[in-house]
Amino acid sequence: MLEVRDLSAAYSGKHVLKSLNFSLQAGEMLAVIGPNGAGKSTLVRVLSGILPPQSGQVLFNGKNLAKLPPAERAQLIAVVPQARSIPPAYTAWQVVMLGRTPYLNWFGQTSPQDDELVHLAMERTSTLELAPRLVGELSGGELQRVLLARALVQTTPVLLLDEPTTHLDLQYQISLLKQVQDLIHRPAGWALANGHGAPGALVVLHDLNLVARFADRVLLLVQGQLRALGSVSEVLQPEMLSEAFGIALDVVQNPIGAHPLVVAR
Amino acid sequence: MLAAAMLFSILVGSVPISFAALVEALQSGAETTAGKILFSLRLPRTILVAMTGAALAGSGTAYQGLFRNPLADPYLIGVASGAGLGAVAAMSLRWPYTTLGLMAVPLAAFASGLLTVAIVYALAKVGRAIPASNLILSGVAVSSFATALTSFLMLRSSGELRRALAWLLGGATMSGWQPVLALLPYWAVGLGILLTLGHALNVLQFGDEQAQQLGLPVTRVRRLIIIAASLTTAAAVSFAGIIGFVGLIIPHILRLLTGADYRRLLPLSLVGGAVLLLAADVLARVLLAPQELPVGIVTALAGAPFFLWVLRRSRQASFWS
Repeated sequence: MLEVRDLSAAYSGKHVLKSLNFSLQAGEMLAVIGPNGAGKSTLVRVLSGILPPQSGQVLFNGKNLAKLPPAERAQLIAVVPQARSIPPAYTAWQVVMLGRTPYLNWFGQTSPQDDELVHLAMERTSTLELAPRLVGELSGGELQRVLLARALVQTTPVLLLDEPTTHLDLQYQISLLKQVQDLIHRPAGWALANGHGAPGALVVLHDLNLVARFADRVLLLVQGQLRALGSVSEVLQPEMLSEAFGIALDVVQNPIGAHPLVVAR
Repeated sequence: MLAAAMLFSILVGSVPISFAALVEALQSGAETTAGKILFSLRLPRTILVAMTGAALAGSGTAYQGLFRNPLADPYLIGVASGAGLGAVAAMSLRWPYTTLGLMAVPLAAFASGLLTVAIVYALAKVGRAIPASNLILSGVAVSSFATALTSFLMLRSSGELRRALAWLLGGATMSGWQPVLALLPYWAVGLGILLTLGHALNVLQFGDEQAQQLGLPVTRVRRLIIIAASLTTAAAVSFAGIIGFVGLIIPHILRLLTGADYRRLLPLSLVGGAVLLLAADVLARVLLAPQELPVGIVTALAGAPFFLWVLRRSRQASFWS
């Protein structure tokens, strides 16, 4: 579905991503991990069209995304940003409705169908009761779910989440990723609104145990290069992680669950 | 409220007109003395003041949204002074006092206003962000520079200095219908564009990156906002001089009253700006009657304390970011 071909990107002449090749499938959660400065956020910025690639391509079903106008690209790729940079004086409903922007006219006129989608997305993210409140009054966890709802009403086949759990406490980290997983595996209703099937999600995550629990596949980035790509058990290997993160790590069998645990030695 | 303010503005002045006289004049046309004052002086002035107030508040709202900064105002970020410089430069060329000649003045004001905002923008930018303090500081610096050049031009020109000074302080000293007609096209085009930008401004509040990810052609939209807001400001400055703080006060009050949605904020700010400036103009006419104060003095007397209040507030509260 989403295919990254030989992608390189640079900030002011400095190479940040080097010849990446991978793809994102419909209905999967691909976790992107790696130490700070590995280029994870840059990857999100390039995929979402903020930063033009230096070379290589990002293709959606064969279409080069760099050549699309912003509105068309926003109909294919939605981004859940970190919750910090949200203007506080809008209501949650207004914020979610802005996710319809790529489908709206210049005046931002909305239709009953738009209202319906917003309603549906807020229901799915359990934010409906927050709708009339100003986002400045919401907790980090609530705001992050509102932003997820905003991405959902873009009804895109691709979701990008840039460290969505960073400012959340444990309970919210789990519930947010559960919701994303649920949307990917049970996309009924909203995802079909623009004729695409189940969406695929690329999630940048720091917490390797969340990765182990939720990801379908894992991509390990080190210094802008793809170090490993595969299933959780293939990529979460002690030697590889220790080398990548520069600290001795062990991967142990979780005594109470099916997923492995990553611990510092 | 707008209607009441306009009515007030028509009736009050060095020759007060009673309501009865207004009714009589409306019936008999411009025959009576009151009718003459009414139709050739008061009415055009009232309309000009209302249009100017709407223009200043509308462009103030747009600038605040564009820079995502509660202190942006055509006056504070230097656009008004820049436009003033262009206007004075054009006036010193002594175009004939006709509608067409008058229309050249706002064109020059528009060009130099646009140049000013470009300079301020470039100076204030740090990386990809525009910190509030930088915006105001570079606005003040560029504004002082433009004002100095304007003063120089005025001193050099042989025209009546007092009149130019009064214009610069914001007094609708030009009378009659010609300025209204000359202002109208710029005003209508500028505000017409601004009024369509409510949704785009809403999306822009989330920052350039998110706006782009939401599908907004950010660069194009930003350019359009700057052009429309600067055109509007230039038009207002050309005919009413440099009037500060209207573009600061109105969006603030309205935002507190109606929330952050620019689709509502923009049209309301036009009405609010017109009402505020009409009120200030009436005050300017009656405070030292029969002498008239430049209206810019009145708005500055009320606006400067307001500015300080906003400054304090935006430092404490998480109101904006």
